[in-house]
Amino acid sequence: MTTRGTQAADGPQAALPGTPAFPEAARRAVHDPVLRANLRHATHTIRGRRARAVAELADWDRLRAAGKAIKDHTLRHLDRYLVQLEESVTAAGGTVHWAVDAAEACRIVTRLVQATGEREVVKVKSMATQEISLNEALEEAGIAAYETDLAELIVQLGHDRPSHILVPAIHRNRGEIRDLFAREMGRWGRPAPDGLGDDPRELAEAARRHLREKFLRAGVAVSGANFMVAETGTLVVFESEGNGRMCLTLPETLISVVGIEKVVPTFRDLEVFLQTLPRSSTAERMNPYTTMWTGTAGGDGPSAFHLVLLDNGRTDTLADAVGRQALRCIRCSACLNVCPVYERAGGHAYGSVYPGPIGAVLSPQLRGTGSPVDASLPFASTLCGACEEVCPVAIDIPEILVHLRERIVQGGPATREGVRVRIRPARGHAAERAALRAARLLLDHPGALRAGERLLARARRLRPRRLPGPGRAWTDSRDLPEPPEQPFRDWWAQRERQDRTPRRQDQAGTP
Amino acid sequence: MTSRDVILARIRRAGAAGATGPTGAEAPIPRDYLRVHGERTPAESADLLAANLAEYRAHVHRTADDGLPALLARLLARRGTRTVLVPAGLPLYWLADAAATHVPDRAAATPYEFDAVDSVVTGCALAVAETGTLVLDGGPAQGRRRITLIPDHHVCVVRVPDQVVDSVPQALERLDPTRPLTWISGPSATSDIELDRVEGVHGPRTLDVILATTPTPPTAAPHTQP
Repeated sequence: MTTRGTQAADGPQAALPGTPAFPEAARRAVHDPVLRANLRHATHTIRGRRARAVAELADWDRLRAAGKAIKDHTLRHLDRYLVQLEESVTAAGGTVHWAVDAAEACRIVTRLVQATGEREVVKVKSMATQEISLNEALEEAGIAAYETDLAELIVQLGHDRPSHILVPAIHRNRGEIRDLFAREMGRWGRPAPDGLGDDPRELAEAARRHLREKFLRAGVAVSGANFMVAETGTLVVFESEGNGRMCLTLPETLISVVGIEKVVPTFRDLEVFLQTLPRSSTAERMNPYTTMWTGTAGGDGPSAFHLVLLDNGRTDTLADAVGRQALRCIRCSACLNVCPVYERAGGHAYGSVYPGPIGAVLSPQLRGTGSPVDASLPFASTLCGACEEVCPVAIDIPEILVHLRERIVQGGPATREGVRVRIRPARGHAAERAALRAARLLLDHPGALRAGERLLARARRLRPRRLPGPGRAWTDSRDLPEPPEQPFRDWWAQRERQDRTPRRQDQAGTP
Repeated sequence: MTSRDVILARIRRAGAAGATGPTGAEAPIPRDYLRVHGERTPAESADLLAANLAEYRAHVHRTADDGLPALLARLLARRGTRTVLVPAGLPLYWLADAAATHVPDRAAATPYEFDAVDSVVTGCALAVAETGTLVLDGGPAQGRRRITLIPDHHVCVVRVPDQVVDSVPQALERLDPTRPLTWISGPSATSDIELDRVEGVHGPRTLDVILATTPTPPTAAPHTQP
């Protein structure tokens, strides 16, 4: 089943099929020691490297402010810049298509591939095409789509899902990758060599040989893009391996599926993002390869270029004054690597192609909060603020999280598929509201609070591991704290007595 | 209504255009970031370019212009190169000492033909010192994008100091966005397996960069933006 089959029930698109809500998925993940070790190593390594790469630039804060301003300005005039982009791309020999949702984008791409007569396409890693489940749609139409980024290949061969924006197979060990290659490569093309070891060099070589035969014969490629320049019609892809260059250069037909928020006004604007994106994502001064192309260039690269501009919930997100800042995201993944929740739960728990803090704000906005996983995502955070601090376009992720939590618990206005609607308060938060009411009652009655605290201290040995009733949801994902031997206020009163300050004794114990 | 109309109408209804600061006016984009990070002499810029390229495991060589033929011959011989891809506009004296057979960059050639070639030699449009980046724009001595992608060995000649800029903003100023642009920083690489960096997944695994100190002949002038 693809996302397209479940739209009617859950809004423009649903969560990845079979994904449980975040707390349940996270609980499984935190009990997987291999996953936790992999994630800890990866996030801490990239985090450290990134900090060094950023510290090299004395004007980082100014670049960040400029990036934020460019994106905000573009979003304010998005209609104007998209129309300008369309004119520029068309003038440069490309064709522009507009897709309201995932289903339409998939239909357009399928039709374009069918028109070429090809039965297979090569793909450069593209989150937009993952978002719309393009591979599944092409497969239904009898077209094989081959992912060519090494990590994406690992994910595809493993019938798996990406778990990180930048290093999608970060949850896999070299041993697992070796086994996958040995078992699966032969079913799709050139098999892995006999006696394949688990050295990264050997594994990369196996991937090189396996994919090269696909690159050399490919007639059609599908890509995303990191940026589109309205002024010139130029598209930009940042990558490391060269698979992007292969897809963008060798085939006759290139189809790029790009979210409408990826446009920037001028070619000059790229000077900001060419500095901030590589340093924030791979912690390099510059990624090994960046390709920029403007329509078609006679005799150099594809002779047909199609750009599919994708909405799929982005205009709904734009209609939210607080939430729209998530559309500034340039997909660098810096927020994943600093997030204490992502580090422990891993990317799959987010049930979306956009994991981590940015996924927790982007997915419920793009997809709506109709499904349990989307309604749970804004709560998948400690609100520690580390994500905002590292964001190269200064997205205030905690602010959006709190905003979305409020909407989910209390309900409120939102835009779905272009229509203003009122979201009903979500089920499942009744216990939270009841707990808050109980807290208010207790805090208003200090005597009752004191009696309760003393009772709790005496009953320490009877402490259950999990709370009964509505409190169970809380202890499902958290350890129940051990009650102290005596209430703080009793301890304080005792301390005061020992200090021989009798005049305060009568006050101690009541606030 | 077409999907285009639907999307544009939704954007206009989203009310983002009215979102402005407290003064009601839209703040200008702050461009107070640096045009260049530090002051350098041309020689220092070339040194920085060499250091940054080397850090990403490109092999950097330096020569005066008249040393180019011997150096190129040596680099190709060291790899055992028998065939070398030659883009249009490559100064022929560069390869005068090399024994390898020339394969011209032809539009009609299939990718398979280039896959059988050992090395490719090109010039570039410019190089960026601060990031260790070569930029190719399909101009003279650079050829089509695929020729620097398919062979496993790429030798790129950068004319120093004319083709070296310090920073990314300086580079964009000198480039023409309507040309296909390829930015290359070190050889192809991946860190996808347990974050171990491995050179060469799909692109060339070996990148030799020659910084050639030379007076500029007219063919190697960078393309300036109108």
